[in-house]
Amino acid sequence: MDSSATQDRPRPQSLSDLFISFTLLALQGFGGVLAIVQHELVEKKRWMTREEFVEEWAVAQIMPGPNVVNLSLMIGARYFGLPGALAALAGMLTIPLVIVLLLTFVYAQFADRPGLAGALRGMGAVAAGLITAAGLRLLTTLKTNPLGLPVSIALALACFAAIALLRWPLLYVLPSLGGVAFVIAYRKVKP
Amino acid sequence: MSTTPLLSMHASDWLQLFLQYLSLSLLSIGGAISTAPEMHRYLVEETRWLTESQFTASIAIAQAAPGPNILFVALMGWHVGINTSSIAMGLFGVLVTMVGIMLPSTTLTYLAAQWGHRNRNLRGVRAFKQGMAPIVIALLVATGWVLTSVHNDAAKDWPLWLLTAASALVIWRTRLHLLWMLGAGAVLGWFGFV
Repeated sequence: MDSSATQDRPRPQSLSDLFISFTLLALQGFGGVLAIVQHELVEKKRWMTREEFVEEWAVAQIMPGPNVVNLSLMIGARYFGLPGALAALAGMLTIPLVIVLLLTFVYAQFADRPGLAGALRGMGAVAAGLITAAGLRLLTTLKTNPLGLPVSIALALACFAAIALLRWPLLYVLPSLGGVAFVIAYRKVKP
Repeated sequence: MSTTPLLSMHASDWLQLFLQYLSLSLLSIGGAISTAPEMHRYLVEETRWLTESQFTASIAIAQAAPGPNILFVALMGWHVGINTSSIAMGLFGVLVTMVGIMLPSTTLTYLAAQWGHRNRNLRGVRAFKQGMAPIVIALLVATGWVLTSVHNDAAKDWPLWLLTAASALVIWRTRLHLLWMLGAGAVLGWFGFV
Protein backbone atom coordinates (compact mmCIF):
# COMPACT_ATOMS: atom_id res chain seq x y z
CA MET A 1 0.00 0.00 0.00
CA ASP A 2 2.81 2.36 0.81
CA SER A 3 4.28 3.07 -2.60
CA SER A 4 1.03 3.55 -4.48
CA ALA A 5 -0.93 5.34 -1.76
CA THR A 6 1.73 7.85 -0.87
CA GLN A 7 2.46 9.01 -4.39
CA ASP A 8 -0.28 11.62 -4.74
CA ARG A 9 0.13 12.91 -1.22
CA PRO A 10 2.44 15.42 0.36
CA ARG A 11 5.59 13.75 1.60
CA PRO A 12 8.98 14.77 2.90
CA GLN A 13 11.08 16.01 0.01
CA SER A 14 14.48 14.84 1.20
CA LEU A 15 16.45 13.57 4.14
CA SER A 16 17.19 17.11 5.26
CA ASP A 17 13.47 17.91 5.06
CA LEU A 18 12.87 14.97 7.41
CA PHE A 19 15.64 16.05 9.76
CA ILE A 20 14.44 19.66 9.94
CA SER A 21 10.78 18.67 10.30
CA PHE A 22 11.49 16.36 13.20
CA THR A 23 13.80 18.86 14.85
CA LEU A 24 10.99 21.44 14.77
CA LEU A 25 8.49 18.90 16.11
CA ALA A 26 10.79 18.01 18.98
CA LEU A 27 11.42 21.65 19.88
CA GLN A 28 7.69 22.35 20.20
CA GLY A 29 7.10 19.42 22.51
CA PHE A 30 7.39 20.45 26.13
CA GLY A 31 6.58 17.50 28.37
CA GLY A 32 5.76 15.19 25.48
CA VAL A 33 6.08 15.30 21.72
CA LEU A 34 3.37 12.89 20.59
CA ALA A 35 0.53 15.40 20.38
CA ILE A 36 2.72 17.73 18.32
CA VAL A 37 3.73 14.92 15.94
CA GLN A 38 0.10 13.98 15.37
CA HIS A 39 -1.00 17.56 14.82
CA GLU A 40 1.83 18.61 12.52
CA LEU A 41 2.35 15.49 10.41
CA VAL A 42 -1.26 14.40 10.08
CA GLU A 43 -3.37 17.56 10.29
CA LYS A 44 -1.01 20.13 8.80
CA LYS A 45 1.59 18.49 6.59
CA ARG A 46 -0.72 15.57 5.71
CA TRP A 47 2.09 13.10 5.29
CA MET A 48 -0.15 10.42 6.82
CA THR A 49 -3.85 9.81 7.37
CA ARG A 50 -5.17 9.52 10.91
CA GLU A 51 -5.71 5.80 10.37
CA GLU A 52 -2.12 5.29 9.29
CA PHE A 53 -0.95 7.32 12.25
CA VAL A 54 -2.87 5.20 14.75
CA GLU A 55 -1.56 2.04 13.13
CA GLU A 56 2.06 3.15 13.37
CA TRP A 57 1.56 4.46 16.87
CA ALA A 58 0.30 1.08 18.06
CA VAL A 59 3.49 -0.57 16.87
CA ALA A 60 5.67 2.24 18.23
CA GLN A 61 4.01 1.77 21.58
CA ILE A 62 4.41 -1.97 21.93
CA MET A 63 8.03 -1.94 20.88
CA PRO A 64 10.66 -1.27 23.53
CA GLY A 65 12.19 2.18 23.50
CA PRO A 66 10.79 5.69 23.67
CA ASN A 67 7.48 5.68 21.82
CA VAL A 68 7.85 9.00 20.07
CA VAL A 69 11.38 8.15 18.96
CA ASN A 70 10.16 4.79 17.64
CA LEU A 71 7.37 6.55 15.81
CA SER A 72 9.77 9.04 14.19
CA LEU A 73 12.00 6.19 13.12
CA MET A 74 9.11 4.34 11.53
CA ILE A 75 7.81 7.41 9.70
CA GLY A 76 11.30 8.20 8.41
CA ALA A 77 11.74 4.62 7.26
CA ARG A 78 8.44 4.74 5.38
CA TYR A 79 9.73 7.32 2.96
CA PHE A 80 13.47 6.78 2.70
CA GLY A 81 14.20 3.39 4.28
CA LEU A 82 17.06 3.18 6.72
CA PRO A 83 18.55 6.61 5.88
CA GLY A 84 15.12 8.14 6.48
CA ALA A 85 14.83 6.39 9.83
CA LEU A 86 18.22 7.74 10.88
CA ALA A 87 17.45 11.27 9.66
CA ALA A 88 14.19 11.39 11.62
CA LEU A 89 15.90 9.95 14.69
CA ALA A 90 18.73 12.47 14.49
CA GLY A 91 16.24 15.30 14.07
CA MET A 92 14.28 14.20 17.12
CA LEU A 93 17.35 13.96 19.37
CA THR A 94 20.26 16.17 18.32
CA ILE A 95 19.19 19.74 19.04
CA PRO A 96 17.02 18.81 22.05
CA LEU A 97 20.01 16.97 23.54
CA VAL A 98 22.15 20.10 23.23
CA ILE A 99 19.41 22.19 24.85
CA VAL A 100 18.85 19.81 27.73
CA LEU A 101 22.60 19.66 28.45
CA LEU A 102 22.83 23.46 28.41
CA LEU A 103 19.91 23.64 30.83
CA THR A 104 21.59 21.13 33.14
CA PHE A 105 24.81 23.11 32.94
CA VAL A 106 23.01 26.31 33.87
CA TYR A 107 21.23 24.47 36.62
CA ALA A 108 24.53 23.19 38.05
CA GLN A 109 25.95 26.73 38.17
CA PHE A 110 23.03 27.98 40.20
CA ALA A 111 22.31 24.78 42.09
CA ASP A 112 23.08 26.31 45.49
CA ARG A 113 20.35 28.90 45.18
CA PRO A 114 17.54 27.58 47.35
CA GLY A 115 14.89 28.89 44.99
CA LEU A 116 16.21 26.85 42.08
CA ALA A 117 16.41 23.63 44.04
CA GLY A 118 12.86 24.30 45.20
CA ALA A 119 11.69 24.99 41.65
CA LEU A 120 13.17 21.70 40.45
CA ARG A 121 11.56 19.94 43.41
CA GLY A 122 8.21 21.42 42.45
CA MET A 123 8.66 20.54 38.78
CA GLY A 124 9.69 17.03 39.75
CA ALA A 125 6.46 16.63 41.69
CA VAL A 126 4.47 17.85 38.69
CA ALA A 127 6.44 15.54 36.36
CA ALA A 128 5.51 12.60 38.57
CA GLY A 129 1.90 13.72 38.27
CA LEU A 130 2.12 13.94 34.46
CA ILE A 131 3.40 10.39 34.18
CA THR A 132 0.69 9.17 36.50
CA ALA A 133 -1.93 11.04 34.50
CA ALA A 134 -0.73 9.42 31.26
CA GLY A 135 -1.27 6.03 32.88
CA LEU A 136 -4.67 6.98 34.30
CA ARG A 137 -5.82 8.32 30.94
CA LEU A 138 -4.94 5.07 29.22
CA LEU A 139 -6.83 2.98 31.79
CA THR A 140 -10.03 3.55 29.82
CA THR A 141 -8.58 1.57 26.90
CA LEU A 142 -8.69 -1.54 29.09
CA LYS A 143 -12.48 -1.59 28.82
CA THR A 144 -12.26 -2.89 25.27
CA ASN A 145 -9.25 -5.11 25.84
CA PRO A 146 -9.88 -8.75 24.83
CA LEU A 147 -8.41 -9.84 28.16
CA GLY A 148 -11.61 -8.64 29.80
CA LEU A 149 -11.77 -5.97 32.45
CA PRO A 150 -11.24 -8.21 35.55
CA VAL A 151 -8.13 -9.87 34.11
CA SER A 152 -6.78 -6.52 32.88
CA ILE A 153 -7.24 -4.95 36.31
CA ALA A 154 -5.67 -7.94 38.05
CA LEU A 155 -2.61 -7.74 35.78
CA ALA A 156 -2.34 -3.98 36.21
CA LEU A 157 -2.59 -4.23 40.00
CA ALA A 158 -0.04 -7.05 40.13
CA CYS A 159 2.38 -5.00 38.05
CA PHE A 160 1.85 -1.87 40.16
CA ALA A 161 2.34 -3.81 43.41
CA ALA A 162 5.51 -5.53 42.19
CA ILE A 163 7.16 -2.36 40.88
CA ALA A 164 5.86 0.44 43.11
CA LEU A 165 5.32 -1.29 46.44
CA LEU A 166 7.63 -4.32 46.48
CA ARG A 167 10.29 -2.63 44.27
CA TRP A 168 11.10 -5.82 42.42
CA PRO A 169 13.42 -5.45 39.42
CA LEU A 170 11.60 -4.88 36.13
CA LEU A 171 13.84 -7.51 34.58
CA TYR A 172 11.83 -10.24 36.36
CA VAL A 173 8.46 -8.57 36.60
CA LEU A 174 8.01 -7.68 32.93
CA PRO A 175 8.79 -11.06 31.31
CA SER A 176 6.79 -13.05 33.87
CA LEU A 177 3.67 -10.87 33.93
CA GLY A 178 4.00 -10.23 30.21
CA GLY A 179 4.20 -13.96 29.56
CA VAL A 180 1.03 -14.61 31.55
CA ALA A 181 -0.74 -11.74 29.78
CA PHE A 182 0.33 -13.00 26.35
CA VAL A 183 -0.93 -16.53 27.00
CA ILE A 184 -4.30 -15.31 28.24
CA ALA A 185 -4.63 -12.82 25.39
CA TYR A 186 -3.63 -15.41 22.81
CA ARG A 187 -6.48 -17.65 23.93
CA LYS A 188 -9.00 -14.78 23.87
CA VAL A 189 -8.28 -13.04 20.57
CA LYS A 190 -9.92 -14.58 17.53
CA PRO A 191 -7.58 -16.78 15.54
CA MET B 1 21.51 20.23 46.23
CA SER B 2 23.01 17.50 48.37
CA THR B 3 26.72 16.80 48.36
CA THR B 4 27.97 15.14 45.23
CA PRO B 5 30.13 12.06 45.65
CA LEU B 6 33.41 11.99 43.76
CA LEU B 7 33.33 8.70 41.98
CA SER B 8 36.14 6.68 40.59
CA MET B 9 34.84 4.49 37.83
CA HIS B 10 36.87 1.90 36.01
CA ALA B 11 36.38 0.78 32.46
CA SER B 12 34.53 -2.24 33.80
CA ASP B 13 32.08 0.03 35.63
CA TRP B 14 31.35 1.94 32.43
CA LEU B 15 30.84 -1.37 30.68
CA GLN B 16 28.44 -2.40 33.44
CA LEU B 17 26.53 0.85 32.99
CA PHE B 18 26.41 0.32 29.23
CA LEU B 19 25.17 -3.26 29.58
CA GLN B 20 22.57 -2.15 32.14
CA TYR B 21 21.16 0.35 29.66
CA LEU B 22 21.32 -2.12 26.79
CA SER B 23 19.11 -4.51 28.76
CA LEU B 24 16.82 -1.71 30.00
CA SER B 25 16.36 -0.69 26.37
CA LEU B 26 14.78 -4.04 25.56
CA LEU B 27 12.57 -3.77 28.66
CA SER B 28 11.42 -0.23 28.01
CA ILE B 29 8.09 -1.18 26.50
CA GLY B 30 5.73 1.73 26.98
CA GLY B 31 8.58 4.22 26.92
CA ALA B 32 11.92 4.46 28.66
CA ILE B 33 10.33 6.32 31.56
CA SER B 34 8.71 3.03 32.60
CA THR B 35 12.20 1.73 33.42
CA ALA B 36 12.91 4.74 35.64
CA PRO B 37 12.18 2.75 38.83
CA GLU B 38 14.78 0.22 37.72
CA MET B 39 17.28 2.98 36.92
CA HIS B 40 16.67 4.43 40.36
CA ARG B 41 17.24 1.06 42.01
CA TYR B 42 20.46 0.54 40.07
CA LEU B 43 22.01 4.03 39.98
CA VAL B 44 20.94 5.42 43.34
CA GLU B 45 20.33 2.46 45.64
CA GLU B 46 22.71 -0.22 44.39
CA THR B 47 25.78 1.48 42.88
CA ARG B 48 25.30 4.97 44.37
CA TRP B 49 26.66 6.53 41.18
CA LEU B 50 23.92 9.17 41.36
CA THR B 51 22.48 11.11 44.27
CA GLU B 52 18.77 11.22 44.86
CA SER B 53 18.60 14.86 43.81
CA GLN B 54 20.60 14.26 40.62
CA PHE B 55 18.24 11.48 39.69
CA THR B 56 15.18 13.64 40.26
CA ALA B 57 16.78 16.63 38.50
CA SER B 58 17.55 14.49 35.44
CA ILE B 59 13.91 13.59 35.04
CA ALA B 60 12.57 17.02 35.93
CA ILE B 61 14.89 18.93 33.55
CA ALA B 62 14.18 16.55 30.67
CA GLN B 63 10.45 16.89 31.32
CA ALA B 64 10.69 20.66 31.45
CA ALA B 65 12.83 21.02 28.33
CA PRO B 66 11.48 20.64 24.81
CA GLY B 67 12.05 17.34 23.09
CA PRO B 68 11.43 13.69 23.81
CA ASN B 69 11.54 12.75 27.47
CA ILE B 70 14.06 9.98 26.70
CA LEU B 71 16.72 12.66 27.15
CA PHE B 72 16.46 12.11 30.91
CA VAL B 73 18.63 9.08 30.20
CA ALA B 74 21.29 11.32 28.67
CA LEU B 75 21.19 13.49 31.79
CA MET B 76 21.69 10.49 34.04
CA GLY B 77 24.77 9.55 32.02
CA TRP B 78 25.90 13.16 32.19
CA HIS B 79 25.60 13.23 35.98
CA VAL B 80 27.42 9.92 36.42
CA GLY B 81 30.21 11.30 34.22
CA ILE B 82 30.62 14.61 36.02
CA ASN B 83 30.49 12.78 39.35
CA THR B 84 33.73 11.08 38.32
CA SER B 85 35.54 14.20 37.17
CA SER B 86 34.87 16.48 34.26
CA ILE B 87 32.61 17.77 31.53
CA ALA B 88 34.38 15.50 29.05
CA MET B 89 33.44 12.50 31.17
CA GLY B 90 29.93 13.89 31.38
CA LEU B 91 29.70 13.82 27.60
CA PHE B 92 31.13 10.32 27.63
CA GLY B 93 28.42 9.33 30.09
CA VAL B 94 25.79 10.76 27.73
CA LEU B 95 27.22 8.64 24.94
CA VAL B 96 27.27 5.46 27.05
CA THR B 97 23.72 5.74 28.36
CA MET B 98 22.13 7.09 25.16
CA VAL B 99 23.70 4.53 22.82
CA GLY B 100 22.88 1.86 25.39
CA ILE B 101 19.22 2.83 25.71
CA MET B 102 18.70 3.51 21.99
CA LEU B 103 20.62 0.88 20.05
CA PRO B 104 18.68 -2.29 20.88
CA SER B 105 15.23 -0.72 20.86
CA THR B 106 15.63 1.26 17.65
CA THR B 107 17.17 -1.70 15.81
CA LEU B 108 14.39 -3.95 17.00
CA THR B 109 11.70 -1.40 16.22
CA TYR B 110 13.03 -0.88 12.72
CA LEU B 111 13.02 -4.60 11.98
CA ALA B 112 9.76 -5.31 13.77
CA ALA B 113 7.94 -2.39 12.14
CA GLN B 114 8.60 -3.89 8.72
CA TRP B 115 7.66 -7.38 9.88
CA GLY B 116 4.69 -6.32 11.96
CA HIS B 117 3.25 -4.28 9.13
CA ARG B 118 3.22 -7.33 6.89
CA ASN B 119 1.76 -9.57 9.62
CA ARG B 120 -0.54 -7.25 11.49
CA ASN B 121 -3.47 -9.68 11.40
CA LEU B 122 -1.51 -12.51 12.93
CA ARG B 123 -3.00 -13.88 16.14
CA GLY B 124 0.28 -13.68 18.06
CA VAL B 125 0.86 -10.06 17.06
CA ARG B 126 -2.55 -9.01 18.30
CA ALA B 127 -2.27 -11.07 21.48
CA PHE B 128 1.07 -9.48 22.35
CA LYS B 129 -0.13 -5.97 21.59
CA GLN B 130 -3.31 -6.26 23.62
CA GLY B 131 -2.01 -8.47 26.39
CA MET B 132 0.73 -5.99 27.24
CA ALA B 133 -1.67 -3.06 27.56
CA PRO B 134 -2.59 -3.37 31.28
CA ILE B 135 1.04 -3.94 32.24
CA VAL B 136 2.34 -0.98 30.28
CA ILE B 137 -0.34 1.26 31.76
CA ALA B 138 0.36 0.10 35.31
CA LEU B 139 4.05 0.80 34.76
CA LEU B 140 3.31 4.45 34.05
CA VAL B 141 1.33 4.82 37.26
CA ALA B 142 4.02 2.93 39.20
CA THR B 143 6.64 5.34 37.86
CA GLY B 144 4.68 8.30 39.20
CA TRP B 145 4.42 6.50 42.53
CA VAL B 146 8.15 5.76 42.76
CA LEU B 147 9.08 9.34 41.88
CA THR B 148 6.76 10.63 44.59
CA SER B 149 7.70 8.17 47.31
CA VAL B 150 11.39 9.15 47.30
CA HIS B 151 10.07 12.09 49.30
CA ASN B 152 8.99 9.99 52.26
CA ASP B 153 8.94 12.45 55.14
CA ALA B 154 5.21 12.89 55.61
CA ALA B 155 5.46 15.93 57.87
CA LYS B 156 7.67 17.85 55.42
CA ASP B 157 6.70 16.37 52.07
CA TRP B 158 2.91 16.33 52.16
CA PRO B 159 2.57 19.51 50.06
CA LEU B 160 4.70 17.81 47.42
CA TRP B 161 2.42 14.77 47.38
CA LEU B 162 -0.55 17.08 47.12
CA LEU B 163 1.04 18.84 44.13
CA THR B 164 1.73 15.51 42.39
CA ALA B 165 -1.82 14.32 42.99
CA ALA B 166 -3.28 17.64 41.88
CA SER B 167 -1.23 17.78 38.68
CA ALA B 168 -2.07 14.16 37.86
CA LEU B 169 -5.74 14.99 38.32
CA VAL B 170 -5.62 18.21 36.29
CA ILE B 171 -3.74 16.65 33.36
CA TRP B 172 -5.91 13.55 33.45
CA ARG B 173 -9.18 15.44 33.46
CA THR B 174 -8.48 18.62 31.49
CA ARG B 175 -6.75 19.66 28.28
CA LEU B 176 -4.54 22.23 29.99
CA HIS B 177 -1.10 22.52 28.39
CA LEU B 178 1.53 20.63 30.38
CA LEU B 179 3.73 23.73 30.43
CA TRP B 180 1.31 25.53 32.72
CA MET B 181 1.49 22.75 35.28
CA LEU B 182 5.28 22.56 35.12
CA GLY B 183 5.47 26.32 35.47
CA ALA B 184 3.13 26.25 38.45
CA GLY B 185 5.29 23.56 40.07
CA ALA B 186 8.42 25.65 39.49
CA VAL B 187 6.85 28.77 41.01
CA LEU B 188 5.47 26.93 44.03
CA GLY B 189 8.86 25.29 44.56
CA TRP B 190 10.83 28.50 44.09
CA PHE B 191 8.90 30.24 46.84
CA GLY B 192 9.16 27.21 49.12
CA PHE B 193 5.52 26.21 49.18
CA VAL B 194 6.25 22.59 48.34
